Amino acid sequence: MKRAFPILAVLTALLLTYSTYQALVVAPTERTMGDVQRIFYYHVPSAWTAFLLFVVNLVASVIYLTRKSAKADAVALVSAEVGVVFCTVVLVTGPIWARPVWGIWWTWDLRLTLTLVLWLIYVSYLVLRRFSDSSQTPKLAAVLAIFGALDVPLVYFSIWFFRTQHPQPVIGGGGSLDPRMLHVLLINWLAFSCLAFVVCCWRYRLELLHREVEEMESLEALRGVTQ
Amino acid sequence: MNAIRFLWAAYVATWLIHGLYIGSVARRYSRLRQRTKELRK
Repeated sequence: MKRAFPILAVLTALLLTYSTYQALVVAPTERTMGDVQRIFYYHVPSAWTAFLLFVVNLVASVIYLTRKSAKADAVALVSAEVGVVFCTVVLVTGPIWARPVWGIWWTWDLRLTLTLVLWLIYVSYLVLRRFSDSSQTPKLAAVLAIFGALDVPLVYFSIWFFRTQHPQPVIGGGGSLDPRMLHVLLINWLAFSCLAFVVCCWRYRLELLHREVEEMESLEALRGVTQ
Repeated sequence: MNAIRFLWAAYVATWLIHGLYIGSVARRYSRLRQRTKELRK
């Protein structure tokens, strides 16, 4: 994996360049919104990638609770952190898109509010992991992650079951999308998913290194006490 | 013209967020590598 990482990173960079070109140049201009609709190609793939990472976090948390696997705990932490980054992109690009289209930056609509709540849940997960020193922290965090993951389907299906300001789903749920736009959307999702995978791999290595350093430091401290 | 400004703002914000995060991972990684070397001496 160590050897494959630089190749994977370069391939991801190339794919991101290609997907950006597709989003900004190749994708057809939407009739009513114009060019600002191209924000869609960052906004939606970022949301899907964040959801995917929160699902990975849920699975890893369940594995940690059942098997006490340290690796699963590290995967849970890494996926939550990278998921929060993608969710931040969603929460920033959404209002930038809403301002010219709706005339407002934000509204307390169900989809938007639930997405903000989702972000806050995972930020509190990261705060818990960062500032609590207790040996029970991974277990508490895993339980919080399970409750947090309950918000993912609520966010996703909120526009299916409730009348909201947010547009209807582009895939399924009666929504329709130009096939050329769908193609560009899927390329962008693939590119963002590859980016998430590469960043997660790197962050996972960082987490293992962090745990190794902590172990070495506690051994060093123990040696200092016994001498 | 105004719409283009919003499009670029979203584009810049997206890559700024990812860039800042990747930068923070890189910084933490090099700091920990340095610390590991010190501890192994």
